Amino acid sequence: MTDEIIEELELEPERYELHAGPLLHFDLDRRDFFKVTGGGIFVLLALKGSLAQESGGGQRRGQGGAMPKEIGAWIHVAEDGSVTVYTGKVEVGQNIRTSLSQVVAEELRIPLTSVKMVMGDTDIVPYDAGTFGSLTTRMMSPQLRKAGAAAREALIDLAAEAAKVDRKELTVAGGKVIHAASKRSFEFGKLTHGQRVARVISDDVGVTPPGEWKIAGKSAQKVDARAIVTGKHEYSSDIKRPGLLHAKVLRPSAYGATLVSADSREAEKLPNVTVVKDGEFIGVAAKSESAAAKARESIRAEWKTAPQPSSRELFDYLRTNAGQSQGGGRGGGRPEAATGSIEKGLAEGDHKLQQTYTVAYIAHIPLEPRAAVAEWNDGKLTVWTGTQRPFGVRSELAQAFHIPEEKVRVLVPDTGSGYGGKHTGEAAIEAARIAKAAGKPVKLVWTREEEFNWAYFRPAGVIDVNSAVTRDGKITAWEFHNYNSGQAGIRTLYEVPNQLIQFHSTKTPLRQGSYRALAATANHFARETHMDELAHAVKMDPLEFRLKNLKDDRLRAVFEAAAAKFGWGKTKPAPGRGFGIAGGFEKGGYVAMCAEVSVDRTSSAVKIERVVASFDCGPVVNPDQLRNQIEGSVVMGIGGALFEAIEFEDGKLLNGRLSSYRVPRFSDAPSIDVVLVDRKDLPTAGAGETPIVGLAPAVGNAIFNATGIRARSLPMRLEKQIAQGAKG
Amino acid sequence: MANAIELNINSTRHRVDVESDRSLLSVLRDDLDLTGSKYGCGEGQCGACTVLIDGKATRSCITTVGSVVGKRITTIEGLEQHGRLHPVQQAFIEADAMQCGYCTAGMIMSAAALLAGNSNPSNDEIIKNMEGNVCRCGTYQRIVAAIHKAAKA
Ligand code: FES
Ligand code: FES
Repeated sequence: MTDEIIEELELEPERYELHAGPLLHFDLDRRDFFKVTGGGIFVLLALKGSLAQESGGGQRRGQGGAMPKEIGAWIHVAEDGSVTVYTGKVEVGQNIRTSLSQVVAEELRIPLTSVKMVMGDTDIVPYDAGTFGSLTTRMMSPQLRKAGAAAREALIDLAAEAAKVDRKELTVAGGKVIHAASKRSFEFGKLTHGQRVARVISDDVGVTPPGEWKIAGKSAQKVDARAIVTGKHEYSSDIKRPGLLHAKVLRPSAYGATLVSADSREAEKLPNVTVVKDGEFIGVAAKSESAAAKARESIRAEWKTAPQPSSRELFDYLRTNAGQSQGGGRGGGRPEAATGSIEKGLAEGDHKLQQTYTVAYIAHIPLEPRAAVAEWNDGKLTVWTGTQRPFGVRSELAQAFHIPEEKVRVLVPDTGSGYGGKHTGEAAIEAARIAKAAGKPVKLVWTREEEFNWAYFRPAGVIDVNSAVTRDGKITAWEFHNYNSGQAGIRTLYEVPNQLIQFHSTKTPLRQGSYRALAATANHFARETHMDELAHAVKMDPLEFRLKNLKDDRLRAVFEAAAAKFGWGKTKPAPGRGFGIAGGFEKGGYVAMCAEVSVDRTSSAVKIERVVASFDCGPVVNPDQLRNQIEGSVVMGIGGALFEAIEFEDGKLLNGRLSSYRVPRFSDAPSIDVVLVDRKDLPTAGAGETPIVGLAPAVGNAIFNATGIRARSLPMRLEKQIAQGAKG
Repeated sequence: MANAIELNINSTRHRVDVESDRSLLSVLRDDLDLTGSKYGCGEGQCGACTVLIDGKATRSCITTVGSVVGKRITTIEGLEQHGRLHPVQQAFIEADAMQCGYCTAGMIMSAAALLAGNSNPSNDEIIKNMEGNVCRCGTYQRIVAAIHKAAKA
C-alpha cells in the first residue's frame, strides 16, 4: 500500500505549488515535546517509508535532523487524562478537526469531546507540508489511527504492570483500562505516575478495522459548531493583541507595474501613523483601518506599466506561448500517457472527432480574505494567519526577514476556507514587515478587491481532443493535449488501445496556483464532454457508451449507483429540460454525477434543477460531513461551470469585486442527492475536492440534451453561444 | 473628526469615540471587540456582516455608525439568551449547516430576521430572503433545511 500511495503522490502537479520547499528545518526534537506538555504518554508517529512527509515530490527532499522528518503527528495523554493530538494540518472548512478527532477517539475508546486537536501551530506541532490535495484523510487519518492504537496499547501495558496481570485480560473503555476479573480499573491519566513514557509506533500496530468502528464511520457534529454559531470562534482576522495597529499596503496600479516614485510626506505627518518603504513595498500602520486607509490614499505614487495580455486573447496566448514554462515543476515534454499509435487508432475508427475545450481563469474567493496579525518580541516573529501551509509560510517569513525558522512562529486559527487558494503567505509577510517598523503588533486584512487582484487564480486552459470510435462504440484513438491548466486528472480510465495524453506548460498572463481539484475539473470537462459527443456520434446512450469502454470496477460502480438513483434511462426529460451524466477519478476518489437542467427559452438562462452525485472514497469516516463536502463541491462547481470568469485588460481586472463577479447563491443551488459507496475494504481517500470534477460536464451534457447546443467552454454561457449561432 | 457616540448594542449601551462616517462593521469589530460579524466584501454583496437594526437585517459594512445612533443593534453575540441558543443557532448546529463557518453569523442573522417576520416561510421565501448571503463553501441546501427546522422549533 505504501508504494502505491507514494506513486500517486508523484502525480501531484506540484508545479502549481507556488513556492519552493524550504531548505532548512529546525524541527522539534523529543525533549521539546516534553517541554511543551509535561509528563504523560506520548505517541510519536514515526513510520517507515516516511509516509509522514505527505506533500508530494517538490517538498520531499532533505529536512534536516534525523528524527523529525519521520514524525507525522503526535498524541499526548496527559496526567489528567486529557488527550491532545498535535498535527500540522489545518482546518479550512473541510472538517478535519472533527474527523481526525473521531479516529483517535475510536482507537482510545473515549468520547469524541475528550480529544483536543492542536493544529497548525509551527512551534508545537510536527512539520507538515500543507493541507491540500485531499491528503489529510488519505494519509493523516490512517496515521492517527495507528498513533491512537499505539497509545491504547501503551496504556494497556502500563495497566498490566500495575495490576500484575496478563495484558490479555484488560480492556479499554471510557478513559480507563479495566480488569474485569478483579473489578479494577485504571484511569488513563493515573497510569503514568508522573513519568514520561514515549512510544514511537511501528507500522504494524493493530488498528480497529472500519467494520468495527463505533465513533469513526458515524456522523458527528462539528466539534466547534457552538463557537461558530455564537460568533465566538476567532479567525485570524479576529485576533486582538495589546496595542494592535491596523495596516494597509499600497498596491501597484497594474500587473507588472514598477514603482517610479512615491511621495509619502503627507502620510508621515499624520498623527500616530507609521509609513514603511522598503523597495517597491509601501505600507502604513495606524490606530484604525480607516485611518490607515486615509494615510495610504495620501501617498502619491507613480507607476510605470508594461503591455499585458488581455482575457480576449487569452486562449491564443496560451497556445502560442506553449513550451515556455516559467520555471519550477514538471510538465511539458514528456507525455502523461502514450500507448499504441494515434495514427493507427484514427484509421481504425468509423467516426473521427476533433474538438477544442477551454476553461477561464477563476478566483477562489474564500469568504475570509487573506488576513494576518504579526508581532515581534525580542527578535522572534509570531504571526497568526489563515493558510493551508503553516510551515510553508514560516519559511517564507524566515526568508523574507533573513532569520532562522526557529525565530518564526506561525499559528493558523481555523480559517474561513481556502479551496487551494491560501497556500501562500502574502498578508503574513506584509503584516510582519509593517509590524517590524511600527514596533507594535499589526493586523492586516486584505479587502475583497485585494484578494481578487493580488492572490492567485485557478489556471485557464485550452484542451484539444482528437479521437476515433467504431460504429459499435469502441474508442480506438484518444489524443489529448492540455495547455496550461495542468495534469491532475488528465489520464483516462476508459480502455483505449491508442493513446497520447500530454500536458503543455505555457507562459501565464496571470498569477496562478492551486484550486480545489486542480486541473482535474478542466480535464474532466473536456474528456467527459468529448465522451458525450462520441456517444452521440454513434447514437448510443451516454451511460451505455461509457460502460462499454470501461473496465475499472470502482468507476463503473459509481456510474451505476448515480444512474440508478437518478432514474437514468427510465424517464425522458420534460420539454426545455435535459439530463446529463459524467464521472471520473481523482485523488483516490471515484465520482459520477447525473444532472437535470432547465433552459429558459427566451433568456437561455440555465438552471440546474437536480444533481445526483455518487462517490466512492473508500471507508467513510463521517458520512454526514462527507455529504456536506460533496454538496459543497457541487455548489462551488456551479460557479465555474456557468458563470465565473476573470476578465482582464492592460494589467487590470475588469470584474475583481463581488458586485461584478457572480458566485453561486441560494437560488443557484440544485437539489442534491448524494449516494455514498462505502468501501470498508479499501484505504480512505479525501473528499474535499474530487466531487467537483463531475459537475461541469454533467451539466454541459444535460444542456446539450435539452437544447442541442454543445458547450465547450467553461463557463458555459449559453446566451453567448446562441448569439454566435452555435449548434451541436 | 472623532465624536463620542452612544450605541445600543445587544441591549447594552456602548460609548465609542469614532468618526461618524466609519462603517458600523469596523466599529463593532475593532473598537468594541464584537468580532462575530465578519467582513467578506465591504460592498453589501455577501452578507457576512449582517446585523439587525431595529430588527431588520442590515449590512453593517455599508452602514455608517452615525446612522444607527439611537437604534436597536443586535449582533450574533446578542442572540444567545441566558446560555440558551436562539432557535436558528441551534438549528444550524443540528443541520450541520456550515463548513468553514465564516458566513454563518451573517446567515443566522438574516434567517433570524426572516423568521421574526414570517414564522413559517416557504422554500421560495427562504431563498428569496437569503439570496444576498453568500456561502462560498456551498452549504445552501443545509442552511435552507436549518431555517425550516428553526421555524418548527
Ligand atoms: S461584508 Fe458586508 S455584505 Fe459583504
Ligand atoms: S461555511 Fe464557509 S462560507 Fe459558508
